[in-house]
This record gives sequence, C-alpha cells and structure tokens, in this order.
Amino acid sequence: MKLSTTVAIAALMATVSLPAFAQQRTLVLNTDASDPAPKAAFDQLVADFEAANPDIDVVVNVFDHEGYKTAIRNFLTADSPDLANWYAGNRMAPFVNSNQFTDVSDVWEENGLKESLAPALSSMTIDGKQWGVPYTYYQWGIYYNKDVYAKAGVDAGAIKTWDEFVAACDKFKEAGVDCLTTGSKALWPIAGIFDYLDLRTNGYDFHMQLTNGEVAWTDDRVKAVFAEWAKVLPYTTQNHAAIDWQDAVANLVQGKAANYVMGNFAVAAFKDGGMTNDNLGFMPFPEITPGLARAEEAPTDTIHIPAGAKNVEDAKTFLAFLASADVQTKMNDTLGQLPINTGASVGEDPFLQQGFELLSTADGGIAQFFDRDAPAEMAKAGMEGFQEFMVKPDRVDAILERLEKTRARVYK
Amino acid sequence: MPEAPAIPATHAPRPRRSRRALAPWLFLAPGLAMFLIYVIIPIFQSMWVSFYDWDGLSDATWVGMANYVELMDDEAFYVSLKNNVIWLVLYMLAVPAGLMIALFLNQTVRGIRIYKSLFFFPFVISQVVVGLIFSWFYAPDFGLLYKLIEGLTGQSVAILADERLVTYGIIAAGLWPQIAYCMILYLTGLNAVAPDQIEAARLDGAKGWKMLWYVVLPQLRPATFIAIVVTVIGALRSFDLVSIMTSGGPFGSSRVLSYYMYEQALSEYGYRMGYGAAIAVVLFGIMMIFISGFIWKMWRDEKGVR
Repeated sequence: MKLSTTVAIAALMATVSLPAFAQQRTLVLNTDASDPAPKAAFDQLVADFEAANPDIDVVVNVFDHEGYKTAIRNFLTADSPDLANWYAGNRMAPFVNSNQFTDVSDVWEENGLKESLAPALSSMTIDGKQWGVPYTYYQWGIYYNKDVYAKAGVDAGAIKTWDEFVAACDKFKEAGVDCLTTGSKALWPIAGIFDYLDLRTNGYDFHMQLTNGEVAWTDDRVKAVFAEWAKVLPYTTQNHAAIDWQDAVANLVQGKAANYVMGNFAVAAFKDGGMTNDNLGFMPFPEITPGLARAEEAPTDTIHIPAGAKNVEDAKTFLAFLASADVQTKMNDTLGQLPINTGASVGEDPFLQQGFELLSTADGGIAQFFDRDAPAEMAKAGMEGFQEFMVKPDRVDAILERLEKTRARVYK
Repeated sequence: MPEAPAIPATHAPRPRRSRRALAPWLFLAPGLAMFLIYVIIPIFQSMWVSFYDWDGLSDATWVGMANYVELMDDEAFYVSLKNNVIWLVLYMLAVPAGLMIALFLNQTVRGIRIYKSLFFFPFVISQVVVGLIFSWFYAPDFGLLYKLIEGLTGQSVAILADERLVTYGIIAAGLWPQIAYCMILYLTGLNAVAPDQIEAARLDGAKGWKMLWYVVLPQLRPATFIAIVVTVIGALRSFDLVSIMTSGGPFGSSRVLSYYMYEQALSEYGYRMGYGAAIAVVLFGIMMIFISGFIWKMWRDEKGVR
C-alpha cells in the first residue's frame, strides 16, 4: 500500500517535472526504444549520462515503437518532453516546418560536430540549420544464403554488375529457388529495392530530386529504373504481397530463396532462424550504370529537442554527450548498429565491419530511405505503386501517371 | 375545465404543471448533454474540418470544397466505395444464413444448448482474432485453404495478395461472426413464435416453405429488422478486419471508406485531417440513407401501434 502511494507520487512528479526541486534538475526523454536491444542501449546511455552529470536526473518514457509515431504528434503539442527520438531527412521536416523542434546548430558548432558527424550532416540540415543529433545508422544491401549459392553453382564474389546478378537469377531458377525474396505486405521492404535501383541507375542527386518532388515520375529516367526492376520480377517470390518481411526471412533461412534486399537489423532475424556467419553473406547492391558514384542507403536515428522543452540547457548538454565518439561506440555495440561519429569504433561483427566499410567509402552520398527522404504522402503512394508494379508490371505507365498526379498535389 | 383568468390566487397549479413538463427534460439532460458533446457536435466539427487543409500540427488553411473536388478525382476513393458496396451486398447473406442455422438449431434435442453456444462462439471472440485466424487460413505456403486448393488443382492462390479476391476473402471472414449474430437474434425470435398459430397452420395443411414464408417469417419480422440493421451497420464500419488482414492492400485494393479515412487522417503516412474528414462526411451521408430509412420505419411502426 505504502509502496504504491510512493510510486504514484513519483509518477506524478515525473509528469509534472517540478521546478521546485532545483538541486536535482530533471530531463525528460521520450523514446521509442521498446525493443530489447534499443532499450538496453538507452538504459546504458542514461546511466552513463547521469554518472557524468550527477546533478541531472533523466526521466525516460518508453513508448511502443509503432505507437510512438502517433504519440509524438500529441506530446509535442500537448505535454512536451525535453528530448525526443525521431528520424533524419524529410521525416523530420513536418516538425521542423511547424516549429516543433528546436534549432540545435549551436550544439553542432560548439562541439565540432560538423566534422565528427559529417556523414549525417546533410540529412540533419533543413534551411541551413541542424535540428537534432544522430546517434546510429545501419546499412542496407543484399543478404544472401551461401549454401544456396553453392548448390546452384553461383559465385557470389563474381557478381559486380546488375546484368551478372540477373544472369545468376536464371541459374537459381533452374535450381528451383527464388533469386530474390521480399515481403511487401507492410510495403516498406520493397522501397529499399526501388531506392537502390534508382541510386544505381540515376545516382544520388537524381534520387534526391525525385524524392524532393523536383522530377516528374513520368520522366524517362524513372521509367528506366522500372525497366531494370522488371528484369528480376520473374525471379522474385510470387506471393510477396501476402507476407511480412519476417516471412521472407524464413524463405532465405530455409533455402527457398537466395537473396534479400534488407537492412542490417535483419541479421538478428536470420541468426534467430539458425543462420551463422558461415552461411549468411552480405554484398553491396550491384552496379547498374557504369562509373556512377556509389551511393548507399543508411537510415539514421536521431534525438531532438522539442520546442516546448522546459530544460533546454541540460537537453543540449545531453545532445553533446550523445554525439561523442565513446558514447556512440558503446551505444552501437549494444544496438548492433553503426555509430555516426567518425572517431567511434565498430564492433567485431563481420556485417557491421562490412557496413562500416561500405558507408565510409560511399562517394555518392547516403540516402535515408524512401519513406524518410520523400514526404509521408508521396512515400505511401509511391510504395503502393511499387507493390502494384511488382504484381502487374504491365501497368507501369498507369502507375507512374498516378504518382505524377500525387506529386503535383503533395509538393505545393 | 377551462383555464381561469390570471388571478394571483390561482397561480398555485401552474408551477406543478411546469414542473411536470420540466421533469422529463431534467432526467433526459445528462443523456442529451452526452449525446450533444460526443455525437452531434463532433459531426459538425468533422464537416467543418473537411473544408480545411490541416496536418494536425500546423495552422489549418481554409480550402473550401477542394477536398471534395479532389475526392471526386481520386481512384482510391472509388475503389473504397466499390468495396463498400460489395461489403453491403454480400454481408446481407448473413441474414438468411443466420435464419437457416437458427431454424436448424431450434429443436429440443439433448445438449442443444451446447450446440447453440458453439454456433454462437465466433461472435464472442474479438474481430482481431477472427482476422488473424482467417489470415492464417489463407496464408501462402502453410494456410489450410491454400494447401487445400493446391491439393485439388495443383496451383494455389494467395487470396489476400490477389486484388480480385482479397475483398471477398475478408468478407468471408466477416460473415463468420456476423452469421452467428443473426442466428442468435433469430433464435430468440423463434422463442416468441406463437405455438397455437403453428398448430392452426398445420391443421390447415401448411408445411415446409409455405409454413416458413407465411406463418413463421411474419412473426419473426422484429428479429429480421434488427438483423438487417446490425448487418448494414456492420458492413459499413468494416474497419478492423481490413486493418488486421491486409491494411488495405495489396496496393490499396481492399480498402473500404472507413479504412481509407483512417489512413488519410491518422495513419503513419497520413495526417491529412481535412481530406480524412471529407471521406468521413461521405461515409456519414451513406450511413444516413440507411439510418433515416430505419428510423422512418420504426416511427411508422410505433404510430401504427397507437
């Protein structure tokens, strides 16, 4: 009884964040780190920050990962925390444009973050200002089953170009295996395929123009992307529209499919399914247009200071702490992802090592992801179009017409 | 008794009368206030929002009829509308199907109550669970129906990934609990069927279809009315199954208006409050056609009794 009253009072104090307790300043952090690894990483981060700043007490509110996307809109306007998780790129634009995030350019300036966090600078900048601090990202690419490659007699190391990849697909078909698997029920997995096809066909700058609404979807260069995509459709898992990305993981694990265009977070799922470093392989998406600067896809997670934050001073201290090399090294060890800080070191994991190598040598640029680079409405319409194209490739012109109509409306 | 002219001495009965007139309103007040705050005012607010372009964060801008104009030219809207019509038509199958099962179960056999409860079971479990069960039933590679079709024809079909079949697949899932609901309505209705009329009809030589059509069904009219009402409303607000089974996919071909409204206004890629509200207003208009029909019928019946 007594305990529950104490808990209730504590909870009350946490939500009200009384300024009267001035000796112990509080900092409220809202996060979507509800999965085990992110949760552990955030617990560790907060504990380390409190150890370094004994006079600051960090109160963490953990939200469910999916529910957070709706919740953030409510708490930003109603009961703002001092810090909040979000994503880089266009995904933060609605909050920046409606003045819900605080400009933190001074944090970047004072701590030399423009150099140390250089890979994410462009994706954190809107109107020449920085609006948050990135702490982790991960690479996308092709994950493959080495056993299936051996069975079909294909040498993964020899695949450098898209034509070689398509040729390999033919061999997988003969072996009775899907060359490419994916699950498009939730739509986003296939956006990764589109992004890479566009990045490899037309390059980073074109891809950014397209997602920024500066190029028509009926442009011949966009049609060229779909023409490349059409080449692998006969070799793609048939029922992708009915399955989730985890079901497609099972296809790869069970040897029913050879390749999967995915983000590095899927490695945990492959290994849960029984794959090991011995039979799980990773390769960069093959080259399509020769000589194009290689761009990669690496969605970045960030922390921002909401405009309604009560303790901005300490929130900025927190961001500076989060940006440091040691903190990012430790945090990403737990997350199993890559640190942004160029001074940080990467874990032993071979996939992380490959990802780090891949991203740090990407001379073309780093894209966020289709649904983070394009505004939400365009992203939704686009991904639906991609799915329809994968099922009915002959409708490509009608689909692109429709996307062009959406573009005309979304980017006013 | 004629009213006396206004003399101060006779003003005593007046407060009592006005009190009598006031009392029902006092008792109704809490309910009316709730109804006003949670139903009437939001309806007008939705209509109001539908004239704005608003993302829920920034300031709303007045766009007049622009949301409706856009709706008229929106393929996804027509797909949703078409699916709503399919839902309405096919969902009606629940009424005769429920009646058949109710007639079948309306007998006195040992343990009939157990059978009745078993038939009622699908209505008790949550729509979300119904959706999940049917998703597995249809699932490629391991679904029961998928395997069955594969076994019979050698070539199977993933119903929830096929734009032509997906809506029917979801409706089939929705019919399962809806039939159970109609059945229970008819079972209670059958309890009220007068045995003497059945007896008399039997003496007159009525049986089979004629007995059902001319003797039993007319007595079941109240049950039929309620069954149709709940089925129409159930079909129009068919949101949960669509959301659970397909999220409107593949490429939006299983959307219905209520889901499209949610997607535009509240989902991860939405936050077009005005456009969502415009869809809601259209859906409200469609529902109003049915609701006014039902209210008119009830009002007529009530007047007929008096």
